[in-house]
Amino acid sequence: MSFGPFLLLAVLEGTVMAAVLALTSVGLSLVFGVMRVVNVAHGEFYMLGAILAWFVTYYLPFPPALAWVAALIIAPLVVAAIAALADTFVLKRLNYAPEATIVATIGLLYMVQQAALTMYGPDARPVAAPFEWRIQLPWFGYSGYKLFVVGAAGVILAAVWLFMTRSTAGLVMRATQIDRDTAQCFGINVDRVYAGTFALGAALAAAAAVLIVPIQQAHYLMGHDPLLLSFIVVIIGGLGSIRGTLVAALVIGLSDGIISMFFSPTLAKIIATLLVALVLVFRPQGLFGARA
Amino acid sequence: MTERVKVWSVHLGVLALVFAAQYVLPPYHATNLARIMVLAVFAMGYNIAFGYTGLLSLGHALFFAAGFYGMGLPIGLLDWAPIPALILGLIAGGVLAGLVGVLALRTAGVSFMIVTLMFAQAGYLTLLYLNTWTGGDEGFVVDRAARVIAGHDLSLDGTRYVAAFGLFAAAMIACLWLVRSPFGRVMVAMRENEERSRMLGYNPFRIKLIALVLSGIYAGAAGAAYGLLFGYVGASFATIQYSILPMLYVLLGGAGTVLGPFLGAVLMFYLVDITSGYTDAYLFVVGAALVGLVLFAPRGILGNLRERFAPWLP
Amino acid sequence: MAAVIEAQGLTRHFGGLRAVDGVDFRLEQGEIHGLIGPNGAGKTTFVSLLSGRTTAQSGRILLNGEDITHLPAYTRVRRGIAYTFQITSVYPRLTVFDNIALAAQSRGAADLAPRVRAVLHRVGLDRDERTLAGALSYGHQRLLELGMGLALEPLVLILDEPTQGLAAGEIAGFSALIRSLVPKMTILLIEHNMDVVMELADRITVLAAGQVLAVGTSDEIRRNRAVQDAYLGVDHAVG
Repeated sequence: MSFGPFLLLAVLEGTVMAAVLALTSVGLSLVFGVMRVVNVAHGEFYMLGAILAWFVTYYLPFPPALAWVAALIIAPLVVAAIAALADTFVLKRLNYAPEATIVATIGLLYMVQQAALTMYGPDARPVAAPFEWRIQLPWFGYSGYKLFVVGAAGVILAAVWLFMTRSTAGLVMRATQIDRDTAQCFGINVDRVYAGTFALGAALAAAAAVLIVPIQQAHYLMGHDPLLLSFIVVIIGGLGSIRGTLVAALVIGLSDGIISMFFSPTLAKIIATLLVALVLVFRPQGLFGARA
Repeated sequence: MTERVKVWSVHLGVLALVFAAQYVLPPYHATNLARIMVLAVFAMGYNIAFGYTGLLSLGHALFFAAGFYGMGLPIGLLDWAPIPALILGLIAGGVLAGLVGVLALRTAGVSFMIVTLMFAQAGYLTLLYLNTWTGGDEGFVVDRAARVIAGHDLSLDGTRYVAAFGLFAAAMIACLWLVRSPFGRVMVAMRENEERSRMLGYNPFRIKLIALVLSGIYAGAAGAAYGLLFGYVGASFATIQYSILPMLYVLLGGAGTVLGPFLGAVLMFYLVDITSGYTDAYLFVVGAALVGLVLFAPRGILGNLRERFAPWLP
Repeated sequence: MAAVIEAQGLTRHFGGLRAVDGVDFRLEQGEIHGLIGPNGAGKTTFVSLLSGRTTAQSGRILLNGEDITHLPAYTRVRRGIAYTFQITSVYPRLTVFDNIALAAQSRGAADLAPRVRAVLHRVGLDRDERTLAGALSYGHQRLLELGMGLALEPLVLILDEPTQGLAAGEIAGFSALIRSLVPKMTILLIEHNMDVVMELADRITVLAAGQVLAVGTSDEIRRNRAVQDAYLGVDHAVG
């Protein structure tokens, strides 16, 4: 394949990656924005989404399209419930103290990951895509499902945006983000807002995984890379800024996809990791976040 | 009994017990204890940064790995003798800690944790990327012929135990001296009330950097010793897990106590050892221990003991 | 008399608020200098500029003739400026001994124990050597903080509302202690307790809305009409 088409392929792959990354990262960003919590277990919620999708599609006697849709509904709900429990019984009891919370979420990471290992096993298993559709471009064939993923991620993100800006619940979340104490004075049950936010963040990660799992496979360690990448996106985009997260997801998803195809994926990750560290040191507000 | 006598008797007593253990324990457990001692040195280093100075780093695996490869590469590629290689590993840990510190100490709290995590992760990925030299995840074996100090073969159980003990004892005594020194007091002051310490004339950046470098030297020494004593160097020791483990040992044993890291290392090592006999998912207990400690016992075993019964315990 | 601290045109804004607005100031060697003014006048901000806790946006600060404007706080402490916090800031989980030791160490670690005990004796906390600072009563914590300032052996000791929260008897003891420090040391004293200030201070500077309203002896200040209007009211006026 000559350079032009190869670049197009890289851009397409990067876009798919950016879409899923955006969804995952927005979940992480919401949790930090509203709760000021850095959730290191976020990647494991993602992984759970994929694992649960496998269980649902495997055990439900539906045709692939229906089973996958069922997974898209069930998996995020289950993961949301688990997240809400984790918030109520662990994070709340720590009063969301920043350093203690991170250590606790690290512990949760291991617990969730190893529980998945016990129940699902160490193998990677495929999940059937809801439909097979090969788009034939002049230079190469491309999976229509991948384009569907981009569209679906966009729809979900739009729904989240509408929820945050138009609904009462969204307003309550934003109010709690701006000033937790004042929100409490207005009668807002901050504990429930926090549990809900944590659950929503986890659900978004799980949904992203359900979208991507027909393309990759479900594996108990698959949460590691998305965690690092969404960290990178959220920090560079500015913790707590949704707009920054989206822009950064696009930039990082695309560049990671392109660098990975032209150079090595490891090198891409090294660059991204160092970039995060340097951004935090020299420009902690990221691209869009306000100076804390 | 004066406080000084109490402190030294307890610590020298523990050292004596550990030394004597090699004659009493069966070989499997003796080798475990040798491993635990080296890991305890790593954890003691972490404790200097975290327990005493309040720097919660998630990147110490980088300094351990620096010691690992700082020792392993010269021996493997350049035919160095073990002692100079060990010293190079030690220095590599300290230097890397200094470099990371100069950048990371411009941040604090959560940002500091993430920055150190990212540097460590970049280090691990670089080790993978350069796998022609480093052997990547598979790593490489350190030649048995090279692991001989003054005619003593380190691959033999007895010699290995004594060598591990030598490092452990030196590290513990140095740590005890440090935390009871004026500088040790300043480290704690930084952790307890940084603003006050600044207004007493102390430069927070300088103090924290020194603490981090000392911590890196310990980690580098532990890494170098681990590779030398157990004959293997690999990138898997540079993963996030090896940044979490020293933190866990310190939290369990008691952050800010000299003996805490060793106690935590012993308990956690055996907890994992026993669990892995039953299931592949033994890391679950690591996670559960972290959550449990943070929720219910953040001061750890010796920390709680000190608070209730023994305020003189350093 | 030589000026141990001289400030010229010090300014510090916080957004739209002019906390300290072009303040000139002179602290004479060996005096007790009071700094008074209504709440929000900029007193704490001003001494924060002197001690280095806050950086000045314009102006100069001289310590014994040397320009320290751009020196960080911890260096200024080593040059001889000590500051005790308005809201007590000790090390609650450390012993009284360790608290003082940390201050004394800053001057050098030689003969630490005798020097610490000398300071403890001076502020009257001898018997509390092994007590955790957090377990002390509020008044004793204030004394501890004062002791930490003394242990620094400073040229200038800046005290930010030191008698706040103290009982009457404690205040008397405190005043005696302060008077015993000069003329070897120089004291800058922010206070709202007018009795203490009028009794102790050789000179007083009055700040209001970030600017110097008046400087003079306690009698002059008491008689100053503008100061009466802004702050003192008529109770302290003479005649």
